[in-house]
Amino acid sequence: MLKKISSLPFQGTPEQEAKLKEVIEKHKDDPGAVMPVLQEAQDIYGYLPIEVQQMIAEGLNVPVDEVYGVATFYSQFALSPKGKYNISVCLGTACYVKGSGNVLNKLTEELGIDAEECTADGLFSLTACRCIGACGLAPVMTVNDDVYGRLTIDEIPGIIKKYKGA
Amino acid sequence: MEMLNIKINGRDYTVEKNTTILEACHKFGIKIPTLCYLKDINEIGACRMCLCEVKGARSLVAACVYPIDREGTEIFTNTPQIRENRKTTLELLLSNHDKKCLSCPRSDNCELQTLCLEYGVDEQKFVGAETHYDEDVSTLHLVRNNNKCILCRRCVAACNEQFVGVIGAINRGFDTAIGCAFDKPLGEVSCVSCGQCTVVCPTGALVEKDNTAEVFKAIADPTKHVVVHTAPSIRATLGECFGMPIGTNVTGKMVSALKLLGFDKVFDTNFGADLTIMEEGTEFIQRVQNGGVLPMITSCSPGWVKFCEHYYPDLIPHLSTCKSPQQMQGAMIKSYYAEKAGIDPKDIVVVSVMPCVAKKFEIKRDDQGRDGMQDNDISITTRELAKMIKTAGIQFTDLPDDQFDSLMGIGSGAGTIFGATGGVMEAALRTVADVLTGEDLKQIDYKEVRGTDGIKEATYEVAGMTVKVAVCSGLKNAAVVLDKVRAGEADYQFIEIMCCPGGCVNGGGQPIQPGHVRNFVDLKALRAKALYEDDLNLPYRKSHDNPEIKAIYDEYLGKPGSHLAHELLHTSYVARKKNFV
Repeated sequence: MLKKISSLPFQGTPEQEAKLKEVIEKHKDDPGAVMPVLQEAQDIYGYLPIEVQQMIAEGLNVPVDEVYGVATFYSQFALSPKGKYNISVCLGTACYVKGSGNVLNKLTEELGIDAEECTADGLFSLTACRCIGACGLAPVMTVNDDVYGRLTIDEIPGIIKKYKGA
Repeated sequence: MEMLNIKINGRDYTVEKNTTILEACHKFGIKIPTLCYLKDINEIGACRMCLCEVKGARSLVAACVYPIDREGTEIFTNTPQIRENRKTTLELLLSNHDKKCLSCPRSDNCELQTLCLEYGVDEQKFVGAETHYDEDVSTLHLVRNNNKCILCRRCVAACNEQFVGVIGAINRGFDTAIGCAFDKPLGEVSCVSCGQCTVVCPTGALVEKDNTAEVFKAIADPTKHVVVHTAPSIRATLGECFGMPIGTNVTGKMVSALKLLGFDKVFDTNFGADLTIMEEGTEFIQRVQNGGVLPMITSCSPGWVKFCEHYYPDLIPHLSTCKSPQQMQGAMIKSYYAEKAGIDPKDIVVVSVMPCVAKKFEIKRDDQGRDGMQDNDISITTRELAKMIKTAGIQFTDLPDDQFDSLMGIGSGAGTIFGATGGVMEAALRTVADVLTGEDLKQIDYKEVRGTDGIKEATYEVAGMTVKVAVCSGLKNAAVVLDKVRAGEADYQFIEIMCCPGGCVNGGGQPIQPGHVRNFVDLKALRAKALYEDDLNLPYRKSHDNPEIKAIYDEYLGKPGSHLAHELLHTSYVARKKNFV
């Protein structure tokens, strides 16, 4: 799945930046420092916005394109922030044959965002994930730690509404 | 040195231990196909075209990175299995390739196309999903068409080798593409326009912006007076586009071809190079005598200048204020020549033929040109000129020799060697030494600054003054020297920097030689040799001896560094941002 670059404004704090600088300093002279620094940067910011990738490139003295190349290669790295509620739709084989593709489409429609994106109000983000090991409940999605199984697309608006009000 | 006895295709050979299969085979006259391999800079074994069989190995091996390290190694390069394997690899590459060969600028000079022919592929063997990319036309100098990209990463290696690194592989698997960070177009990142990516691309994924249609249009317009001038290195490379050996000097045929194409005047940028030396030499002497910023760094190479602006903006005061030879020539055509010929400069179209794609950017820079007119209107590469000659049906190799038109048609040997790394330095020293001593010195070969080494240093005694110089080509090498200057650790007075490795003879606009030639032939040295021979054979070997240069100062500019010279021949630079612009 192609990653979506967030269009939301960068909201990093000076504290986060100080932490990132510490991380860069720690790994500066390690060969292949880009990956561990990206991991820790994602822990700090929750995702990897342009500004953060540029700081990493500058700090490690590598081309920003190299940082971006690594960030887009590994699925663990996110270029878009996670919302207050992260909705994860399982596209593993069992869920997929039971129609989780339609679930994802319905969510896209309801939320007005594509997979790997976050709503402008920061409330919801949408992820397509691999098998989460709940095949008996297929098709499955999770909202943060809540699991919804044997889903039909008609249930989607209600579920979203529940979190909007929460 | 340990030697090993090996067998290739059943025949006995002896090779040095750890020679790769590819190198060994080349040595013994066996050609192994490659697509991704570029000696020293892209040895990644990724494209799988060079697969060979080593007896006892579990699977086929990549010849480009497989070192022969055992006595008695038996290698096969041409079995039915290997041929079938390579053919399938090509067919898989074609399954996600636009296959529009008929209109491709690299048709006839495409490494993928050549191999497909050699292996007799079926281009429809694997039909399935194809990715579609929009062309990136955001820069003035090149076009990226990822629909033709085979992901060999040669361009990425070339860009990294230049210490620019604005392109790389992004995304993963079927979605992998070569592009810039955050999917920005090339025009929005700190690309220096050197075009080294275009000369290493095996396909038509990276090509120069083609400006030949504008040139043909200008020539066909009866109200326009179209003047062309050709850079020093073009004479040493243009022949390659017509199958002539690398390093053939084709000055005479080139001039004939330009006249046949219908240009109204054909001038030599060597004249502009000589003019640059007059101005730059004078600037250097003034900086030394008046306590100006030293070391002074040459400014002929627009890729280097842009690199300095993006990556070393703090060193801009070190850049000579002289325009490049291209720009000086253009400026003089639209002033001095226009006046002499009695033509309104607005009716003149100046076309430059350059070894360079960054020149397409340079002609549109700020603080060049005058009265809203550019110094040069159109800049085309060696490759584009060859294309025009072919389109016009001119049989290049059969042409008689002709001579440049007078007024700006004489260039000295000093001008001609501008095309090779070290040439500008040597040319400047020839003039500076004469000016400072007031003599006509006979010892004018500054051999220490010649050759294809990336960084050269020398110290000369010039009129009792010690001048320490450095010459670098390739931005990776430039960065080494610039870091020293930045740290205050360099004691040079004068530095020549050329953006492209080896200088203009290996510029981003030069004829494209396929990987199997680039990897085993020193293009830079062969092409440069033609220029140094030209230097030896020319009647004038110092810029200030060039009679047309003398005339332009006597009749028009006054003295080097005069007010008018400054107005027409000098420029300024701007600090630019790194990464995103």
